[in-house]
Order: sequence, then C-alpha cells, then structure tokens
Amino acid sequence: MFGLDKKDASLLLVVAALVVFAPFFLNPFPEASGWAQFNAGYPDLMQRFVIFGIFAIGFNILFGLTGYLSFGHAAFLGVGSYAAVWMFKLLSMNVIPAIILAVIAAGVFALIIGYVSLRRSGIYFSILTLAFAQMSFALAYSVLTPITGGETGLQLALDDPRILGGLSSSDGNIPVPGLFGLEMRDSSKLVLGGWVFTFNFGYYFSALIMLLSFYLSIRIFRSPFGMMLRAVKSNQQRLNYTGVNPRPYTLAAFVISGMYAGLAGGLMASMDPLAGAERMFWTASGEVVLMTILGGVGTLIGPVLGAGMIKYMENIISKINSDILHTWFAFLPDGLEDAVVAMIYPFIGKGWHLTLGIVFMLVVIFLPGGLVEGGQRLAGLFRRKKTDESKTATTEPAE
Amino acid sequence: MGILDVKDVNKRFGGLQALGNVNLSVAENGCHAIIGPNGAGKSTLLNCLVGKLIPDTGSVMFDGQSVLGRTPFEINQMGISRVFQTPEIFGDLTVMENMLIPCFARRDGSFALHGIRSVVSEGELRSQAEQMLEEVNMLDKRHMHSSSMSRGDKRRLEMAMCLVQNPKLLLLDEPTAGMARADTNNTIELLKEIKETRNITIAIIEHDMHVVFSLADRITVLAQGTPLVEDSPENIKGHPKVKEAYLGEAA
Repeated sequence: MFGLDKKDASLLLVVAALVVFAPFFLNPFPEASGWAQFNAGYPDLMQRFVIFGIFAIGFNILFGLTGYLSFGHAAFLGVGSYAAVWMFKLLSMNVIPAIILAVIAAGVFALIIGYVSLRRSGIYFSILTLAFAQMSFALAYSVLTPITGGETGLQLALDDPRILGGLSSSDGNIPVPGLFGLEMRDSSKLVLGGWVFTFNFGYYFSALIMLLSFYLSIRIFRSPFGMMLRAVKSNQQRLNYTGVNPRPYTLAAFVISGMYAGLAGGLMASMDPLAGAERMFWTASGEVVLMTILGGVGTLIGPVLGAGMIKYMENIISKINSDILHTWFAFLPDGLEDAVVAMIYPFIGKGWHLTLGIVFMLVVIFLPGGLVEGGQRLAGLFRRKKTDESKTATTEPAE
Repeated sequence: MGILDVKDVNKRFGGLQALGNVNLSVAENGCHAIIGPNGAGKSTLLNCLVGKLIPDTGSVMFDGQSVLGRTPFEINQMGISRVFQTPEIFGDLTVMENMLIPCFARRDGSFALHGIRSVVSEGELRSQAEQMLEEVNMLDKRHMHSSSMSRGDKRRLEMAMCLVQNPKLLLLDEPTAGMARADTNNTIELLKEIKETRNITIAIIEHDMHVVFSLADRITVLAQGTPLVEDSPENIKGHPKVKEAYLGEAA
C-alpha cells in the first residue's frame, strides 16, 4: 500500500488511527471528575504533540540514520516560525504560503549551516551546530530586531500590508490564520455524558501534515538514500573506499531534517501567529534530542512517541500543585501526609524537569533503544507467554 | 607499462623517509605481491595508491590516468577496490545491504538522490548482489547482521563487496593477517578462483610467505622504503638480498 510493505503500512495506519482518535483517548476522564486535569485532549496540547512529532521525525532522519548529532536544530524551527509570521504580515492569513516559505527558508538556512558544520564529525559537529544556533538566537534577540521583533517577538499588527487581502477580521481585530475560510482555532465540541471532546481544525490540519511527514520519513528510511545514510553511520571509511562520497549524503540529510524543523516552526506560527527568539534557544535544541532518544533513535515511530511523552509531561505534571497533592494523600494521617507531599513536591509543578530527568535516565540505562525497545520487550514477553501456554512448536524460519 | 605504474615516489614523515624512489609496475591481469619486513613502507605505499596519502614527489598512474590528488571514492570509481587488513564492512547493516551499497556505487556514481523508491524494488542490483554472494558461498547468510559474523566471513564479505564492483585492480592489504590456517587456505582458494575466472589484476601486501608463493606471479621486496628486488617467485625464494633484508646481516 502506497509503496510500503505490509509492516510499514500497518504502522502508518496505526499512527493515523491514533491521531484521528486522539481527542477521544486523550480525554479519558469526565470533565467534572478530579482527574480531569490529566486530560490532554485540548487543542493547544494536541497541536503541540503533532508539531513536535514532525520536528522529532525530521531530527531522526539526521541523527537516527547518519548518527550526526545536531545540537542546533531549534534554529531551523525558529527560522520557519519567523518566515511564516512574515508571510502572514505581508501576504495573507492563509497558512499554505506561510508553511511553504517556512520550509524553504529553513532549508536554505540548513544548507548554509550544514555545509560548514559537516566539515567535522562527532563532537565537533555538535559544537559547531550549537554555536550556529546560539548565534542565530543572539541575532534574532537583538541585532536583527527589525526583522525578528527582538525581545518581544514578531507579532501581527492591524497595519500590516497583507497584499492579498484580509487586513482585519470582520469585527475589526487582528485576523487569525486559516485555510480558505476555515480558521485554525475553529473547534467543535462533542458532549457525551460527563465527557467533553474537542475537535479542533488546527489540530487536524497539523495531524494531516504530520502523517504526510511520517509517510515521507518511512519512504526515506526504506530508500537507497536511507541505506546510504545508515552506511555513513556504520563505516564512513568503507563507504569512501566503495566509491561513495559521504559528504553530499549527510548534507542532504541535514537539509531534509532542517526542512522538517522549518515545517514544524511554520505550523507552530500557524496555530498561534507569533514567533520569538526563545524558540531558537539551545534548550529547545536539546529538547528534540531528548525526544528522539527517549522514543528510540533510528526507529520510525520512536521520535513521535518521545515528543508526545515529553510534551505530555511538560503540560500535565507541571500543572500539579501542592494543593492537589494534599487532596490525593488526604487519607493519610496528617504528619505522614505532609511528609509524603514534601517528598513528591520537588518533582511536580516547576520541578517537572526533575521528573523528566529521572525518566530519561531510567530509559537510557534500562532501555537504550528508548520507548520502542520497551514496547518490543513487552511484546516479546507476551509472545513467549502465549507460545508457552499453547505448547505449539511453530518456530519462525530463521532468516 | 602495466595497469598501475608507480614512478619515483618519495614520502617523508618528518625525519623518516618512509618511501624512497619507489618504482613499481603492476602488469595487467597478474598477481603482484609486495613483501617486506615491518616498517618497510608497504602500507604507506598502498595508502599512496588509494588516495589516503599524497606522495611528496613522483607519479602514480592507473590505467593511463594519474591518481594523485584524487579522493578515495574517486579512485574507487576509476576501478580500484581495496580490502583492508582488518575487515571494513558496514557492521550495522545486513549482509545483503552490505552488498547492495557497492552495487549502487557502481551504477549511480559517488552521489545520487535516488528519489524515494524502495531498495526492495531494485531487482537487477539485488540479483547481482545475490549472485556474488552465491559465488562466495554466503547466500544463506544474506539476512544476517554483518557484525555478528566470524572474522573469516567478514573477510569474505568484504572481498565480495569489492568484487561485485568488477574492479580493474584489487588491492589486498594482508588479507590473511590474524586468520586461522583453515581460513587462510580458504582465502587462498577464493583468490585463486577469482584470478582464474575474472579479468582482474591483483596487488597484494602480505607477510605470510605461504600465501605469497601460492598466489603471486611477480614479487617486489621492499626494505626501508625502497624496492630491493623485483622478480618471479622462484627467483625470489633463494635471493641472497631478500634473506638479508628479512633475517639481517648474520644470515
């Protein structure tokens, strides 16, 4: 199907089903219950799941396949965001031209940075990309203020030219991004008993683009180009002596993953039309590295899982406060309750990074292949149990 | 004039004269062995042939073209394949993928964006690779991860990866170093077969005299960076200068 083999096609279908039905299963708790704050099915967060999913899928094409660890990928995300917002300011509020320009701008930017950085490999490559990203951040934050809006970020205004029309919304406010009349923030709610499910146009638009990006990444993984990239990671010396020039392959991978980042940045700006320099800060570059490693480097689905996990923790764990903890542990005797709450408190709210750090360490130590390896082990356990029970001697042919 | 002509090559590393006035001509479709004691400059010479090092002076001509100043992948595209002392293969890839990469390199050159067509759909290259694997008796291992194979198998795979490109010249850098006797004999048999069935020139650097005398039809003895003698195997065996270089003055 779509030029994929059976396994990849079913993976794509599973991911498609997950994103289509995400508004349902991300909202497992009734609105009125105390658990409602763990619901992740609101548009803003769901958009972030898929957008960072795109970012991580692209990063994985570079890091997962070639092994080149870029520590400056947020720069391309930022460039994409700025490009998209400029399109909203100058052209129109339609997201299509904004996203196209975001991808192109990030691609050109990646070509320049990649051309220089890829002269070195290993740690030197990482440091070069980090340096470029921090330079971009500094430029965006101060020097290039007329283009980037500096500290306040780039925002839309009523007096923007917008030559293709749509100067202001019908009620005279700053217009919002949309797609041929449909606004990105349009949502419809479905109330079923105590549950409220929100279907947001922006989310489904981003999800569709994420599925397309995911499909493209599967095709890249299975193509001769992807095989060459894995060969770069495995043994560059042999590749050189086999008549292949590794440099253009790595550069192409770098540019492709930069364009993915630009796409994510453009989508981010389409959901919320402002762009700030902090999107290029090195912590943002580090985040996508964490997502990819947490999910599983070099696997197809891993980066998407990692992105979802980190964004979920960022938004849900950081919302827990000491009051909520007290209600949870109210059944304990007073002294003990305070002690337990005091122990957990550093890991919640603003301390969610601490929880993330612990989860990350556990995954790296016990599941070096990330969440995907965890899933495979679980599946393996399950399968072994099943065959033990049925006692059938049907072993797969060794290939 | 042979297929490979090395003329007056000098290479200096600081105060060490690694190669001094090396002249060497490898005849087409022959098997030329380069032997010599440790530190004689054999590996330096080899690295000058494949683009890893550039000689200070002199010229290296392959098939009528200079190789100097070209990168290793360009030299490979000219028709020189190299087998390393320790097998260099793509350890993270399967045996079949290992074979496909040289096939793609031969068909598409040093860089090609292949679109997003699947590797699986490349029927012609796959059968080419399978045929080569069959020839080295490794077809049953084609789905194996190449890093999990024995050293002898890795060596055979590396050799197959070089041969599937149909090179004009095959350079072997101590192909049997560190191998068990049985593996060494297998390698000799394989190389003999290659020599007989293919239109190929082989240049081999080797310590193991058993290997050298079973394969070579021309031998150059290198000592302290300079060729001492070049002759047929029969004449090399009893040559006094060779004994001297290997065993010292006392012999």
